[in-house]
Amino acid sequence: MEALSFERVGKIFPDGTEALRDVTFAVEPGEFVTVVGPSGCGKSTLLRIASGLDDQTSGSCQVDRSNIGYVFQDATLLPWRSVKRNVELFAELHRVDSAERARSVAAAIELVGLSGFEDHYPAQLSGGMRMRASLARSLVMQPPVFLFDEPFGALDEITRERLNEETLRLFAHEGFAGLFITHSISEAVFMSTRVHVMSARPGRIVASYDIPFDYPRNPDLRFEVAFAELSGEVSHALRGAHR
Amino acid sequence: MTDRDVLAPETGSAAVVAEASSAVHVTATATGLIPAWRSRLVPPILVFFGFVGLWYGYARFVLDENGRKTALAYPHTVLTTFFGGGPEGEQPWQLLSALWLTFVVALVGLLIAIVLGTLFAVLMSQAQWVETSFYPYAVLLQTVPILALVPLIGLLFGFGMGARILVCVIISLFPIITNTLFGLKSADRAQHELFTLHRAGRLTRLIKLQFPAALPAIFTGFQISAGLSVIGAIVGGFFFGRGPRDLGNRILLYSNRLRPAEMIAAVILSALLGVVFFQFFGWAGNRLTRSWYKGER
Repeated sequence: MEALSFERVGKIFPDGTEALRDVTFAVEPGEFVTVVGPSGCGKSTLLRIASGLDDQTSGSCQVDRSNIGYVFQDATLLPWRSVKRNVELFAELHRVDSAERARSVAAAIELVGLSGFEDHYPAQLSGGMRMRASLARSLVMQPPVFLFDEPFGALDEITRERLNEETLRLFAHEGFAGLFITHSISEAVFMSTRVHVMSARPGRIVASYDIPFDYPRNPDLRFEVAFAELSGEVSHALRGAHR
Repeated sequence: MTDRDVLAPETGSAAVVAEASSAVHVTATATGLIPAWRSRLVPPILVFFGFVGLWYGYARFVLDENGRKTALAYPHTVLTTFFGGGPEGEQPWQLLSALWLTFVVALVGLLIAIVLGTLFAVLMSQAQWVETSFYPYAVLLQTVPILALVPLIGLLFGFGMGARILVCVIISLFPIITNTLFGLKSADRAQHELFTLHRAGRLTRLIKLQFPAALPAIFTGFQISAGLSVIGAIVGGFFFGRGPRDLGNRILLYSNRLRPAEMIAAVILSALLGVVFFQFFGWAGNRLTRSWYKGER
């Protein structure tokens, strides 16, 4: 049984722009699926449809929307709340009782490595730490489905790679079904069990790759021949899609 | 200019910024504090003395030479007026009781405007039709010449404290409405979507998102209106020319009786009252929102 599935999903915006056409794929529990494509190809629209923020204009999307983790491109922390109060937000909105909330907030902060920064405000944190807080905020609800919308795109490469590894650690720990959006090929290959290549607008899936490497993945995987070959194939498919 | 620029404490606050490496940098150290204060205090003091010098010069060589004794007031005669030693023996309590009355009128008027203005802004932010229906009249409130309105208010509501408070409410309502409304709409789309994703209701969204996001703008509105409210209190007293003897009332009286020293003293007091009102809300807003931008340490 899939945790999330798209069936011939299409999206045409009111201004006539066709963002997605005939997108079909599924994410099973324990899978980490990445959609890689050029900017403006409609990747984010896919996540907005999955989460219910937007509606598709054709096809169907199956997912239990009662509890979805969604990490945006920006950390979107509330500047007037400390790290702890930010991480607490979703639990608060779902009226989780305060003892349970305190416990899960502490656990999530620990899990993303922000212990000791509970009382800091977002303005006091670096970009990477804000992203960690954003991850923790979603983790609190222990969602079975996790959507990532290019969450590390704005970070420097070192921070980005570290957060890639940590996201995988969370993935192993929590066992959610992950759907990750990126325009970085190495990020896509490193993270995923499966990579879908999306063409430029209108977005279509033009190639799909199973990524055979075992978890947990070693950072040095990025420099192995098999990794380079797979990245090369994905890159080739992307260029083909871009023509 | 962003809110951040407006609200950042100018100098002297040590901001602790944590980096990814958990290294801690302390900016604006204690050594930088004293020169910063000096460079901020000395120039305005010099300007003050320059102004007082010009005043003496004008009083001595223009007014005094030409025998315009009735308009003559030296800075020191104004100063002694505060302590009851004015040229015509004005008692200090007369100015102080006038100041007290103006303070009460301005404060009560401002508080009413804050309650009404915030309430209206919240309603406007929640329903487009409320905004569409009432906003034009809020603008009208601002554009109608208050000087023309004051005699009318006196005619309709009498010349007592109530009518003066009404003048303050009218003059200070608009900045509160616009700034609060702007603030309530300032939460960005992604922040709203967080609440949409978790199916937050309208009230939750207002309390947990829109209102805190609006706080800097709300206090900017309060600050502007605080200054205006004092002006409203003066204008009301001045144009009514009767009823309770507040500062505006006194200014008119001294003006009619050709007592420039007392008049200038009253004007100075009203200006200082405005500064105190204005600064208080700036300080309060700063305190409330400081940690969002700089951290509490």
